Amino acid sequence: MCDDCGCGDSELVPVHVHEHLLADNDARAAHLREHFAEAGVLAINLMGSPGAGKTAVLEQTSRALAGRYRLGAVSGDLATDRDARRLEAAGIRARAITTGSACHLDARMVHDALHHLDWRDVDLFFIENVGNLVCPAIYDLGQAANVVALSVTEGEDKPIKYPVMFRKADLVLLTKIDLLPHLDVDLAAIRDGLARVMPEPRMIAVSGKTGAGIGEWIAWLEARRP
Amino acid sequence: MHEYSIVASLVDRVQREIDAHPGAVARRLHVRIGELAGVEIDLLRTAYDTFRARSACADAELAIERIATTWRCKACGRDLPAGAILRCCGRPATLATGDEIVLERVELEVPDV
Repeated sequence: MCDDCGCGDSELVPVHVHEHLLADNDARAAHLREHFAEAGVLAINLMGSPGAGKTAVLEQTSRALAGRYRLGAVSGDLATDRDARRLEAAGIRARAITTGSACHLDARMVHDALHHLDWRDVDLFFIENVGNLVCPAIYDLGQAANVVALSVTEGEDKPIKYPVMFRKADLVLLTKIDLLPHLDVDLAAIRDGLARVMPEPRMIAVSGKTGAGIGEWIAWLEARRP
Repeated sequence: MHEYSIVASLVDRVQREIDAHPGAVARRLHVRIGELAGVEIDLLRTAYDTFRARSACADAELAIERIATTWRCKACGRDLPAGAILRCCGRPATLATGDEIVLERVELEVPDV
């Protein structure tokens, strides 16, 4: 209201927006999802803590699938392209997304990276997210499924401490199970925690080192191929 | 620190309302943030105060409503107690509230014509 300068009266008008604040990202993700569907590519958003073993699982997956499926990947990293180079060395067509200080990938970054990668003729496409158990969970990247890698050394209570992430998981890969003989980890406690944060808890135990469980993981992927 | 990118989206969205209402000034924003949205309210406020200068939000107060998590059984309609196993009536519970990152409304000061 203005009574003193002669500019005329004004009023407060409520404008109802009721819109998701990441609507722009969601629209780009929907566009990516259409691209993946048209090309018959199964896109997986692989998330997890730094050091959870995301890259190692993909290396082992590529070895196990050699000659059967073509694999592609983008790999998010704050400062280097080391993960993408490891994936390439393992036979995956890969491109690094160097995020600088950004703690997550968003749909624009993935879309831009796809312009530099021959991805349309791959069968499985992995979006290896930045190592982080919070931020990546809130950005849709056009994936068909979210997979969260959780290593046995991270602690049994990780699921209930990071419900934002585990709620979004379609599958949890329990990694580094070759270390179990050296640890006091109660797998039942991890399963219990997951059941309290994931409405449909699903966990596969794997080792990127020995290849244990990789067959079950591959069967899970194959069941989702378009 | 994705709170900065959320603020960037917020400022863009408010700018679109200003564009649609020539001469208007945004005075107050109402935002709803769920407990399971992965957004820290303190960080969101800090990011907002950092970014709002010289933007469409320069004169807009930010009102944030925190939305509690509710897991609900679709079969019997019951809300599950906090921390419970997310199953009821033999099926998975669904998230009824708690993942909101929503700009609910903008209060615009519009010059009288």
